[in-house]
Amino acid sequence: MHAVSFRNIAKDFPIGDDRIRVLHGCSADIEMGQMTMLVGPSGCGKTTLISILSGILTASEGEVAVLGQSLTKLKDHQKVVLRRERIGFIFQQYNLLPALTAAENAAMPLVAAGMKLPEAAEKARAILDGIGMQGQGDKLPRQLSGGQQQRVAIARALVHNPGLIVCDEPTAALDAATGRAVMGILRDIANDPGRAVLVVTHDNRIYNFADRILEMSDGRLIGDFAPDAFHRE
Amino acid sequence: MRDIALKMLLGDRAKYIGLIFGVTFATLLMAQQVSIFTGIMSRTANAITSVREAEVWVMDPRVRYVDEVEPMRPVELSHVRSVAGVEWAVPYFKGLATVRLPDGMTQQVQLIGVDDVSLVGLCTDMIAGQRDVVRDPQSAVVDRNGFLFVWPKGDFANAKPLELNDNRLTVRGVCNTQPTFLTFPILYVTYDAAMEMTPPQRNKLPFILVKGRPGQSPEALAKRITEQTGLQALTTSQFQWRSINYYLERTGIPINFGITIMLGAIIGAAITAQTFYIFVVENLKQFAAMKAVGVTNGQLLRIVLTQAGLVGVIGYGLGIGFTALFFFVTKEAPALQGFRLYGEIMAGTAVAIAVIILASILFSLGKVFRLDPAVVFRG
Repeated sequence: MHAVSFRNIAKDFPIGDDRIRVLHGCSADIEMGQMTMLVGPSGCGKTTLISILSGILTASEGEVAVLGQSLTKLKDHQKVVLRRERIGFIFQQYNLLPALTAAENAAMPLVAAGMKLPEAAEKARAILDGIGMQGQGDKLPRQLSGGQQQRVAIARALVHNPGLIVCDEPTAALDAATGRAVMGILRDIANDPGRAVLVVTHDNRIYNFADRILEMSDGRLIGDFAPDAFHRE
Repeated sequence: MRDIALKMLLGDRAKYIGLIFGVTFATLLMAQQVSIFTGIMSRTANAITSVREAEVWVMDPRVRYVDEVEPMRPVELSHVRSVAGVEWAVPYFKGLATVRLPDGMTQQVQLIGVDDVSLVGLCTDMIAGQRDVVRDPQSAVVDRNGFLFVWPKGDFANAKPLELNDNRLTVRGVCNTQPTFLTFPILYVTYDAAMEMTPPQRNKLPFILVKGRPGQSPEALAKRITEQTGLQALTTSQFQWRSINYYLERTGIPINFGITIMLGAIIGAAITAQTFYIFVVENLKQFAAMKAVGVTNGQLLRIVLTQAGLVGVIGYGLGIGFTALFFFVTKEAPALQGFRLYGEIMAGTAVAIAVIILASILFSLGKVFRLDPAVVFRG
């Protein structure tokens, strides 16, 4: 089973009375046990594509299946459940709640699924410990460095054991060393054969962490490379 | 989710305090001003409700409120007494007079003349002297606030000489009574003494107080008296509301208080709504992230309602607490004596505050519900 399979994806956005097409016939399969990077210049449609692949936006045309489930047939509330139970998200700006501790932030998907906060936070603490955040679970986001906050975001993406992890520019707000450390963690996660990691980035310093690179330009997928091949290209 | 809602709210202390301040301010202003308004309006009828023995007040048909005196012929007393169902009917004088104090100063007073035999209409809660001292035609009882107004030292036990229209009069009793709208001291004498001391005129009988026979409905009795005598007969409750309505219709008091109460509600609502809106807008990215990871609109609604509920309960509690404290601290002040924070006012304020808070969060919730979780991917 592919982690994500999408065919002929197109997306239109209304602009005044007109509509503008930002994605044109994108097709690919994302495999389990791999880290796939979606790369390309700003404005090429990467964010729109991962929003569609993770069930946040709906494609204007085409078919998407995530972890064997067709998004085309799902209603909005079913997509919310899919995101909550089977997809983990890591955002460029971390988007942690400033009033919650690291463990409570990481526990958010479990709380959304109905688990009590203290119990969920305990579970999240174990995940945090596993990614080098031992003893940091009770700290507030403002007491953590950027790299530590991104680790909290990684724990939040992992805490409910999802099959797909979607990362949007995970190293954009980090220095090179911290970015590499964060990518090391994501790399380890991607080695799990029951999981796929999809990373959107234009940070060429981290391309070598990928198993596969999909290149986008002007709303189209224009290449599918192994990292070495991509560098040569 | 409740824990997360509370942590989000309490984590932003400045806005949390701002929200509570807004609700507290609105509650305080509404509850306190409505209580004062209610107290003032009650005072317009206290002269009626303080005469507990009477069930029906009979007066000239032109009388619109208790402080308006249109004298009736003395024979009307007999006419009223002859109506079937009347247990007793007594005269009751009420008018303004000027007394001269020993130092030569003058003071306007409300002169009350009560029935010589039954003393119906005389205050009952004596704090100095006996009620029946008024049977002495040269003695009087005065209300406590009036006494303190004229003799601030408050030596209630010592008799105080006065002069009323060249008649010697001595205050030999002091009583507690409900303050009236007119703030002049209330001087109680017998009806006959009042007739003697007030300037002569053809008719001087302002009111007749009536008690019905056992089992007699006051409303039916009042109707019968009106039909048989042509006078205006009202039950205590009817006369009370007629007086209150007169002040409501003919003075600027309700409009003035209404504006203050409305301003309190508007300012409180504005502060609350604005702070809540800013609170939500500043957390919009976090709300979007929550939506992206699978938090539903229903769960976000519960978060916002929990936050609003906590702010509402604390702000309302503080506002009501401050209002109660205000009336507790000022309970001895003559200007505010008898003013209370009634349960109905607390309940009404609670409803108003709930509406303000719900209206405030409606603005914010629309933004949260329409929020596209994809914004979290937009850097």
